[in-house]
Parts: sequence; C-alpha cells; structure tokens
Amino acid sequence: MNPEVNPNLLMVSSSPHAHSGASVRRIMLDVLIALTPAFSAACWFFRLNALRLTATCVLTCLATEWVCRKLMKRENSLGDLSAAVTGVLLAFNLPPELPTWMAVAGSVFAIAIAKQVFGGLGYNPFNPALAGRVFMLISFTGAMTTWSRANWSYKLAAAAQDAATAATSAAGGLADALTTATPLGMAKAVLKSGQAIPGFQPSLFTDFFFGANLNGCVGETCSIALLAGAVYLLARKVISWHIPVAYLATVFVYAWVLKICCPGSALPPMAHLLSGGLFLGAFFMATDMVTSPITKKGMLVFGIGCGVITMLIRTSKTGAYPEGVSFAILIMNSLTPLINRATRNRVFGAKKA
Amino acid sequence: MKIINSPFHFKGGIHPQYHKDLGDREAIRELPLPAKLTVPMSMHLGAPAKPVVKVGDIVKAGQLIAEAGGFISAPVHAPAAGRVKSIDQTVTAPGRSCQAIVIETSPEQEWELMPPIPDWGSADPKTLLERIGAAGVVGMGGAGFPTKVKLSPPPNKPIDTIILNGAECEPYLTGDNRMMVEHADHIAVGAQIMRRILGAEKLRVAIEDNKPDAIEAMAKAFEGVDGDVAVVRLHTVYPQGSEKHQIYAVTGREVPRGGLPMDAGCVVENVSTVYAIYDAVVNGRPLTRRVIEVTGEGVAHPANLMAPFGVSYAEMIEACGGYVGKPAKLISGGPMMGFAQANGDIPCGKTTGGILVLPPREVSNFTSQACISCGRCVDACPMRLIPSELSQLIEAEDIDGAANISLMDCVECGCCAWVCPAHRPLVQHFRRGKAIVNAKRAAERAKQQEAAKK
Repeated sequence: MNPEVNPNLLMVSSSPHAHSGASVRRIMLDVLIALTPAFSAACWFFRLNALRLTATCVLTCLATEWVCRKLMKRENSLGDLSAAVTGVLLAFNLPPELPTWMAVAGSVFAIAIAKQVFGGLGYNPFNPALAGRVFMLISFTGAMTTWSRANWSYKLAAAAQDAATAATSAAGGLADALTTATPLGMAKAVLKSGQAIPGFQPSLFTDFFFGANLNGCVGETCSIALLAGAVYLLARKVISWHIPVAYLATVFVYAWVLKICCPGSALPPMAHLLSGGLFLGAFFMATDMVTSPITKKGMLVFGIGCGVITMLIRTSKTGAYPEGVSFAILIMNSLTPLINRATRNRVFGAKKA
Repeated sequence: MKIINSPFHFKGGIHPQYHKDLGDREAIRELPLPAKLTVPMSMHLGAPAKPVVKVGDIVKAGQLIAEAGGFISAPVHAPAAGRVKSIDQTVTAPGRSCQAIVIETSPEQEWELMPPIPDWGSADPKTLLERIGAAGVVGMGGAGFPTKVKLSPPPNKPIDTIILNGAECEPYLTGDNRMMVEHADHIAVGAQIMRRILGAEKLRVAIEDNKPDAIEAMAKAFEGVDGDVAVVRLHTVYPQGSEKHQIYAVTGREVPRGGLPMDAGCVVENVSTVYAIYDAVVNGRPLTRRVIEVTGEGVAHPANLMAPFGVSYAEMIEACGGYVGKPAKLISGGPMMGFAQANGDIPCGKTTGGILVLPPREVSNFTSQACISCGRCVDACPMRLIPSELSQLIEAEDIDGAANISLMDCVECGCCAWVCPAHRPLVQHFRRGKAIVNAKRAAERAKQQEAAKK
C-alpha cells in the first residue's frame, strides 16, 4: 500500500485530511458488545447448548471466511469482525438442541454462498445469517422446528403452569403443542385447528419479557437482554431508531387491528411483539447496514414492509411456518435497492415536490 | 446592535475536533519582509492577470504589476517595493501552474497608494465599485471570485441581504476570527460600503457560536450603524461557512440548484474580503497582503501572520519556529477542504486561508474498503446527496449515471469522507467525476460553437 516515497516530499492526498475515526471493525465490535446480554441470557436458559452453538457458528464462519478469501485471492477480512457477527446471529436463530454438524453446514452456507460469492462484506444482497438460517430451515426442517422446553428456573415455572392450564382447557387437546412448541407455534396450531386462541395471563408477559420459560431459538427468547443491546447500539449511533420502531409499531398495530376484527383467533398485540424472533430481528437483523436502505425514509418503508410480511406469515391459516421474521427481512432485503432508488432525499436547493 | 440566534438549521454536517486553541489567542503580527516574493498571476477565479512590468523594472509597493485578464479576473499589485527579477512559472496551492512575477525586495519600502475615498458614505456607488475592482479585491474565503463582479449583480437579481461570512468553520483556522476581534471597526466600514453599492436593506454578520470574542467585537463595531443590521450567532457545525448553508441558516432561503447566492437575493462575503474592501476604499491600498495563520501540531509556534503575497509556505513556517519533528502533511487551507502540498515551495496568494502542518499522529493513513451502506454519509451530507451511491457509480465508471443523480451538486465539503467507516475516498471520486463531466460539457460547448460558425 505504501510505495517508496522520496523522503523530502510530504504526503499528498485529496481532502479531507481529517477523519472521525469510525471504522467497520468498530461498528462490528459494537454489535458484538450489544449481543452479549442476550448471549448471557442464552447461556443461562440453555446452558451448554447456547455455548456450543455460538462457538460452532462463530468458528465456522471465521474459518469459512478465511478459506473463501484465500480461494478468491483477496485480502484477509477476518479483522473487520463481520464474520463473527454473522456467526453469533446465526447461532441465536437456531433451536438449542440442534446437532452441531447442522450448525456447521448453515454457517458455511451463510458465509460462502450468501456473502463471499457476491464479493464479501458490502456486496451481499441478503443478510448472511438469515440466509443461512432459511437454508437450514428448508434443509433440516425437522431439527429446525423441534423445541425442548428451556432450562428455566422453577420459581417462574409455576406461573407458566397456570397459563398452560388455562390455555389447555380453552384449546382442548393441544397440551402437547403448548409444552413442546414456541408460543407462536402454539398459536398457529390453535389457529389451524379452527379453535379460539386462549386468553393470556398477565404473568406470562413478564415471562415473555424475561424469556425464562419459553421455547425458542438460542438468542431470541430474552427480550429485555435484546433491548439492552439495542439501547447500546442506539446510543453508539450504530443503528438508528427508524427500522426497529417502524417494524415493531407495524406488528403491534397489525395485531391490534386483528384483535379487534376477529377477537377469537388472534394473539394479543403484546404477545406478538414479545414473542418469536421479532426483537432479535428488528434490532439486530433488519438493521444490518449492508442489506437495508440508506435513507431514513427508506428505513421507515423497510421497517413497515418487514412488519406487514411478518404478520402475514404469522397469522395466515394456510402457511406452514409459525414465525415470519426471517422471511420478512429477507424479502425486504431484496427490495432494498428499489427502496433506495425511490426514497432519495430532496437535494438542497431542489424545488420542493 | 442586536445579536440574534440563527433562525434556521440545515440538515447534515459534522462536528469535527476544532483545534482552534492553537492560534485563536495569537494577535496578528506582521511578517518581516522576505528578500524575494514570487507573486502568482492566478490568485483568483477566472482569467490569469497579464503582467505589465518587465524584468529589471523597479516597482513601488502597491504599484500595478499585472492587469485583469478579462471580465472575470483581477489585477495584481506589487506586495513590496523592489526590482522585478524574473517572470517565471510557478505552481499554486491547488496544483495548477501559472505565471509569476518574482520581485527582489529592497530595504526601503515606498508605497504607491490610490487616492483614498474618505467620503465613501456619499460617493457614487460606481466609483466605489471601480475602486474595489482596481484594487484587485477577490473573495478571500477560498474561491477567489472577483469581488467587483460579485457586487455587480444584473438588475433582474435584486439583493436584499448582505451576509458577512465570519463562520470560519474549518478546524484549525483562526485568521478570520483574529480579523474580527482586531479589525471589527474596519470590517464594519467595509460592510457599509458594500451596502451602499448594492442598496441591500439587511446586513448580517454570521459567526459560529464558538467565537464569542468575535461576536462581541462585531456587535460593538456595528453599534450606531443605522438600518437593519444584526450579528447572527450560528451553531458550530461544519460546513456552516459554506455559502449556500450560511444563506439558509440566516434567511431560510435555499440557493436553487446550479444557481448563485444572488438567486436567493443574497451576497456573501468573507470578513477578510470586507476588510480588503475597506482598505481599498478608505486607505486607497490595493490587496497585496492578508492574514494567514500558520498552525497545526507540526508547527513550533502557531501564529496569525500579516503576510505579503508571494512569500513561500516554507518561509512562513520558518517565521513560526519551523517544524516540530517530521511533518506528515502540509496543507494549504483547513483539514476539510485544503490542498495537501508535496513541499513548502509554494507561494501564498489572495486565497491562502491558512497553512496547516499535521504531524503523523494527526494524519489518518488507511486502506479503503467496500461500502457497507451504513448511510452515515447520507446523514452527514449537507447537500442531501447519496454519497455512497455516487461513489459506487463513479467507481464503476458510470459518470453519466452519477451526474444524473446530482453529482454536480456536491460542494466537496468532505463531510461524507470524514464519517465513512470504510474510509472510502468519496471526495476524490466526486472531484474526478465532476472534472470528467465538466470536460465533457466544455467539449460539447466547443462543438456547438464550431457548428454555429459553419
């Protein structure tokens, strides 16, 4: 990079000669820092499984990135930490009991196919972690949708039991679904059976929020930990509020309208907001810079789109999947170039439209 | 005299580290006269001046040595008395080469001034305008646009607001601040001369709020001046000194795309230029010197020097105690928009805003990466462009595509490159793209003219 220079001559370059000090590495490091509360929660709920999957995904992602860059004869890019972020996010999107080899396969797909084939960080049209997850969902459907109940604290379990009893009595014969499915999986099962959705006990919301006794992917169950990370990212200005707020607000409003229109067949808005991968998706996946729009206007459009598609998937009777966050974000990823083109700012001095 | 807070705030901009404390308390001092001055004929925008002296001529200080080379041009006067040693080529700060008159200065300095116009308040505006032109006054904020031309808008563009630009938003630079603190009264006179020429009703002095001394001094200087006069306290945000953004901050008007300040009813002049107007009219002194601050962590004793044009950067730095350690970058102007120089063998001119020496630790040496679409450049761009997209188009040699989505609106302020975490050379891309578009347009114009002749 530095050719031999006549020592008497000074460095000449185009302005500006000052820089803020921001770097891609620092941004990725901030994302990793922001994911630590959720990682701690995951280790608490899922014990060694959380550690096993996270370590597997991160190491596989790093190794794949290194090999790809070597094969492509490009500069080593492990230093920008983006592969590590992809690894953590992918692990957070997997069921805790998933076999290790599947996690390896998903990680290789995420980095090699979804990222490096396109040229590496910055050129990938889809969020690599989500592309990896969807690849696994299609390839290992069974393992990717098998849930064991979380290793929760027994104190909180009692509250869940109450809700379970209430739900079972209402839904009748769906006790299995409740004990072995995610909340959204249960809701979908109820919906498909044509029965009414059971009422939720307030205590369950606190459980949702702390994720103590819910089934779900490794990193998605503890909303409060995810929220803490999100606050950090917002404070560090790594992400802006536009995508997550637009996303969450759309889901909430959609669920609220649904609740009013057909009260028997819809989960309460708060349950939609706090369950599934929504918080993880809204704050950490939809905000992926490379694959989301660059203008604030575009971000709002993107967030609303994610919200609508998520709810369409979650609440459709015909669809097979109980959760739609991954699909919604990937579909909106594909629209990002169009959104960017349609939402350019008005240039200073241009006529007001 | 009222002080008002700027009523409008433009979107975008950045908050760099300012480093102004290096030189903002240093009173302006006179540079001892150098033995040799290399006076460039291109210290302004437009046609270069044409020398009217021959090698061997004895010149007095202030004597006309080159006349304006066209309508958009400016004459050049001898910064010091002496003998014309040679008429040579020199390289100027932006990297272009031009003719220069080299003067060997003599120990006795005799001035040849133009007749002063002490009764400027009742003088014919045309006389004042001619004097400003004859004195070689040009915009000293950086562009070097001939002031006489700026002060003669066509009759269909009425000017209602004159803005004195004292924002000095570039980090490190302190010269304008010192001029306002030390020469507020003279600047106030210059402003009133401008008002008499343009017949504008509002007079505004725009200063960033990190210069309280200058705000106070200017407010005091304008006390008792009749009419609608005010100091506008601007937010400290870069690029507050950009003409278009300053007009917006003061009046809320946007200069239309591709237009000039007069299209928004405004004339913006840098405070040092306004001082030069005063000097030309009241003292009859042509523009032959200016305040140039020599600053940066790489200079022993940063200072604000009143220097004659033609002195080299190296001599200026020597007068401030020389370099501290090995310098990494020598910059003409500020760190955001200044021009990096390969050595100090460059003459100072009318648009030399400052000389900045950066030590290695203040220089970011980096490898650029692919754009990660973080959108920080979009938020920082005060022109509301999409720098990331523009730079990718230019990288792919789709210059027309970039021009179609507002490449030519870029003011090269550098905010985008400053925030870019991928360290992309955005401004460099835009300069290159703009140069290609301009060359293409010039070629098309020439072709049309050729066709018209046939």
